[in-house]
Amino acid sequence: MHVPDGFLDAPTSAATAAVAAAGVALALRGARRELDERTAPLAGLSAAFVFAVQMVNFPVGAGTSGHLMGGVLAAVLVGPWTAALCLTVVLVVQALLFADGGLTAIGTNVTLLGLVAIGVGWGAFRLLAAVLPTTRGGVLAAAGVGAFLSVPVAALAFTGLFALGGVADVALGTVAAAMGGVHALIGLGEAAITVVVLGAVLAVRPDLVHGARALRRATLLAGRPPSVPAGAR
Amino acid sequence: MSAGTALRRGRTPWLAGLAVALLVAGVLSWYASASPDGLEWAAGQAGFLDTAEDSAAAGSPLADYQVGGADSRLSGGLAGVAGVAVTLLLAGGLAWALRRRGRDAATPAD
Repeated sequence: MHVPDGFLDAPTSAATAAVAAAGVALALRGARRELDERTAPLAGLSAAFVFAVQMVNFPVGAGTSGHLMGGVLAAVLVGPWTAALCLTVVLVVQALLFADGGLTAIGTNVTLLGLVAIGVGWGAFRLLAAVLPTTRGGVLAAAGVGAFLSVPVAALAFTGLFALGGVADVALGTVAAAMGGVHALIGLGEAAITVVVLGAVLAVRPDLVHGARALRRATLLAGRPPSVPAGAR
Repeated sequence: MSAGTALRRGRTPWLAGLAVALLVAGVLSWYASASPDGLEWAAGQAGFLDTAEDSAAAGSPLADYQVGGADSRLSGGLAGVAGVAVTLLLAGGLAWALRRRGRDAATPAD
């Protein structure tokens, strides 16, 4: 869901650019609390992985496709503020080098895929993780639901922006129904990819996963040795 | 357990993660669906797809995930690998810079 140039008028694009800039400024502060010597490399790898998987559109029904947005996956891996920075880097690289997403729409895309999707998806993850059992399955279920929700919510947020500053004069109900409907389907793919990738990382290096810190504490309290290998930095 | 233990050790998981990202961008991307994505489809349904404008970056040598405008499997794969490398360097460098300042400004590392 990369918004091209032209869909939204200049004032709306400028407003989303201001929102994105403020969000990134906050994320630069917040990420300092999330990033340490062990997790900083994971942030780079998460961004590169999100870039790669975003290239692979999967089919969703008749003549339509979608791809991972990746915000919730990155947020559970490296923390929500760092994830917002990762998505910002991905979106800027895509817009500048690959002409994917408009240049005047960079602020819109950072706002939607970075701030809105991560804010809503991470919020849902935290809520669910608090009530689900503190197990690997609980973390994966919470991440899957958060990832699913993030996609249609971002699509409806676009519809809200379109209501404010859409260039075309079309019925908003039609935009909302089409955007929400197709992105609910794409959200299922988002959830599936998020759960599979997160499951793989949790199986290999659970100690690095930001969203599984409670899991680690539970493991330590249960008297099992932590799974940090001796040779790891 | 020994194979699993080896996988957890040292640089191996990092190299495996990078290899997966490069394979996805460099090889699997060829098999991506070419159908319009959700936003394009919805814009077509609602009737505002024609308001989209070409990006000012459309002349970039990597535009549309192809190297130099060639439309081939190799060109798309190279563009994907380049994108992974640039993203890794930018995001990794940013994270590394933030990590240093965070540790210097706050209490000693745990």
